[in-house]
Amino acid sequence: MRDVLTGIPGTLEVRDLAIARKGKALLDVPYLCLDGPGPTLILGPNGAGKSLLLRCLHGLISPDHGRVCQDGIVLNADHKARQGMVFQSPVLLRRSVAANLDFVLKRQSIPRAMRKQRIAALLSEGGLEGKARQSARSLSGGEAQRLAILRALALEPETLFLDEPTSALDPGATQVIERMVLRASAKGVRIVMVTHDIGQARRLASDIVMMQAGRVVEHGAAGQVLDAPESAESRRYLAGGLVT
Amino acid sequence: MQGFASEFNQALSLILQGDAELWAIVLLSLRVSLFAVLISAAIGMPVGAALAVARFPGRRMLIILLNALMGLPPVVVGLLVYLMLSRSGPLGVLELLYTPTAMIIAQVVLVTPIVAALTRQVVEMLAEEYAEQLRSLGVSQMASVPVLLWDARLALMTALLAGFGRAIAEVGAVIIVGGNINHVTRVMTTTIALETSKGNLALALALGAILIGIAIAVNAMVSSLTLRAEREGLRHA
Ligand SMILES: Nc1ncnc2c1ncn2[C@@H]1O[C@H](COP(=O)(O)OP(=O)(O)OP(=O)(O)O)[C@@H](O)[C@H]1O
Ligand SMILES: [Mg+2]
Repeated sequence: MRDVLTGIPGTLEVRDLAIARKGKALLDVPYLCLDGPGPTLILGPNGAGKSLLLRCLHGLISPDHGRVCQDGIVLNADHKARQGMVFQSPVLLRRSVAANLDFVLKRQSIPRAMRKQRIAALLSEGGLEGKARQSARSLSGGEAQRLAILRALALEPETLFLDEPTSALDPGATQVIERMVLRASAKGVRIVMVTHDIGQARRLASDIVMMQAGRVVEHGAAGQVLDAPESAESRRYLAGGLVT
Repeated sequence: MQGFASEFNQALSLILQGDAELWAIVLLSLRVSLFAVLISAAIGMPVGAALAVARFPGRRMLIILLNALMGLPPVVVGLLVYLMLSRSGPLGVLELLYTPTAMIIAQVVLVTPIVAALTRQVVEMLAEEYAEQLRSLGVSQMASVPVLLWDARLALMTALLAGFGRAIAEVGAVIIVGGNINHVTRVMTTTIALETSKGNLALALALGAILIGIAIAVNAMVSSLTLRAEREGLRHA
């Protein structure tokens, strides 16, 4: 069991985490340490508890038991303010594309002129130039996903949680998002991302968390988990077989 | 039949020739109801939004009460406001009875519950959808109220138009507290009631036509706003 901090900011540690509803354990994670520095990818079948784990790590729900620590301190408002999250189905404000980004920048009291620059830079990063004035709700699925990521990036987070950001996207849009994620990671943003796409995990992950029925069945370096999985559940999931 | 046709022609010429008395009545109606709706918006929207976002014991009951108040009978409102404003009433010293202000007060009482209840409904739906996202972005519950009101703006405009429609078409309350005094408190609906009973059908018909025109315009605005709101993904309950 790793207890010692690695010194990399944004290290997330989970201890004795448990959530149960109606006698059924939805999440049961005795220990998990995400200490990067590269992207962590979370894999597992539907209902495994991946989204629930992200919500716990982001402090959106408090577990029945256990705690989440960042850099050795129980997750607090300061930490949360330096985390961004892209939800499995992102909610865009009923405003223009630019206004969705401006909303986040304004909250950081960035002066107006600078906000305009930042918005332009973000939009070009996500390939949404020319869409600034369009109503965010009228974007296509892939564009909306990209805007949700840009909005999370506008927070300049230390840690970025992404819940299946490419599950509904075509290969081109997926590639755009993967590039955005890798760029953020290269800039030092801690990435924790859920995916069902094993190829994507191979392309992005430095470490992989394999989940099944609320438990972490395996956590290790990407190459090792993908090529020589230790647990039977991982082997079956990766083989595409039925996991029971 | 001959009589009706000539009344109709007279009504038309009243409207088209810009009859001063007619348009003074129309303008007073619009002024009273617009003011009433503005005040109702200032009270009803924050109250509705607070009810949508805050959680406290008795909230459910309050919402049920608010929804019931939407259907207040105008004559009863008129009676209550009359009692408040009459010489012996608690607000009698203000001497507001039989003034346009009294009519505005009565319409505010009628319209505020409509605005508040519709706001509550719209904002609560939006709040559910936005809750996690806003928390993730670090927006507190209090700070989320203006965000929600702004993002619900199309639906809220619809609520205000609904309130305006009710205010301008209402007769029972304003006739009691306004008294239907010529050149002072005669609005479209009360004039129609009076002139019809006096047999002056031309003026009544002209006002009726204008009132229907306003109703159509309000409804056209509501449906175009609804359409826009739907296009932008805001469904109504
Ligand atoms: N508030 C809740 N009440 C009851 N059950 C819940 C609640 N939230 C989540 N669950 C259940 O917890 C389990 C894990 O949900 P979660 O959303 O984390 O799954 P997931 O791994 O993200 O799945 P997917 O791949 O489909 O997104 C599911 O069975 C879900 O039904
Ligand atoms: Mg999920």
